[in-house]
Amino acid sequence: MHDAPHHDNELDEMTARVRALETILVEKGLVDPAAVDAIIETYEHKVGPRNGAAVVARAWSDPDFAQWLRQDATEAIASMGFVGRQGEHMKAVFNTPDQHNMVVCTLCSCYPWPVLGLPPTWYKTPAYRSRAVREPRAVLAEFGVDLPQTTRIHVWDSTAEIRYLVIPERPQGTDGMDADALAALVTRDSMIGCGQPSRPETP
Amino acid sequence: MNGPQDIGGRHGFGPVHPEDERILFHAEWEKRVLGITLASAALGYWNIDASRHARESLAPAIYYNASYYEIWLRSLENLLEEAGEISRDELSTGHAQTPGQRADRRMPAASVADILAKGGPAERPGPAPVFAIGDRVRTRNHQPAGHTRLPGYARGQCGTITASHGCHVFPDSNAHFAGEHPCPLYTIRFDAVDLFGADADPTLTVTIEAWEPYLEHA
Repeated sequence: MHDAPHHDNELDEMTARVRALETILVEKGLVDPAAVDAIIETYEHKVGPRNGAAVVARAWSDPDFAQWLRQDATEAIASMGFVGRQGEHMKAVFNTPDQHNMVVCTLCSCYPWPVLGLPPTWYKTPAYRSRAVREPRAVLAEFGVDLPQTTRIHVWDSTAEIRYLVIPERPQGTDGMDADALAALVTRDSMIGCGQPSRPETP
Repeated sequence: MNGPQDIGGRHGFGPVHPEDERILFHAEWEKRVLGITLASAALGYWNIDASRHARESLAPAIYYNASYYEIWLRSLENLLEEAGEISRDELSTGHAQTPGQRADRRMPAASVADILAKGGPAERPGPAPVFAIGDRVRTRNHQPAGHTRLPGYARGQCGTITASHGCHVFPDSNAHFAGEHPCPLYTIRFDAVDLFGADADPTLTVTIEAWEPYLEHA
């Protein structure tokens, strides 16, 4: 994998290769470049992990919503307007002091796009995909997460079209915070199970 | 297939490099690959399972040396070539030599939001499930040369059914345009020590989703 930054000559080669394919498809009338722009715009600016953070913050602050999320995550998440490609069949998994949840797709890059957007590069690498199922504690350590041995780990390998959203534990010291303030604490990685929410700033 | 994609539990791929969540792409060309891949799906030549099969069918030496968007690009070129829409000659010259065959199916920019919001649900009507939540099952030693979603590390293993999802499109047939053949889909939980041996983390459990043809009673 290209874990290191790309070299310029390699980047040029790929740029040329992609430009050739897009040019051919546009000349043939098979792809509308404005549609390509709209797809990029969607995942750069509209659909991303702030959606999932809003879901988590609401689950933290609204017990009825949290219950709905447990029973039918697809519907509960759709009620907030987060629907579509790669989120057709959603499941929310809740971290507890006893069990930490972590999500992987060992076979490709399955990921809950409507709530988390595009998968991060590391999520798609052989390093993460090979190790998450076997040695998640070692992987978590690389994210700076150290769980006590008393916390069991469950890894969800997304082999079908079910997509998983981890609901991390609500951090201490957040009593009285509203949903927007809570959402700001929710990191993308915490919703994959590879991180923890941020702690509230002490006044 | 026992291809380069099936890497759960393998050793030697090195550390994971976390990254700021605002970093979505590492080059402009990656954005275009995302866009043309999704836009090309509207032409209707393949389904999601066939596109995954195209990616895992890349030669291992290429697969492991490519970033994920390069994997997408190479497999998209192959899918479009197999569909008869582009040729290697066109790719090398960078220009079309023949008109598109399915230009009538081109994804309009105005439809992008609706298409992405609609997605492609995989649940279908189908037969009643044979297994129930709580059942002990064994995964078959299922090693087709074609597409499958049963990972190598979870073949021939005993686990417990923890969820039943109704019937979903069966990737093993759908990837090869041999029909959707919806069948019951389950979540199966395994102990890591069963999957990865006595040295595995005793506090670790792993689930996969498995279609009924992958399973037998334990």
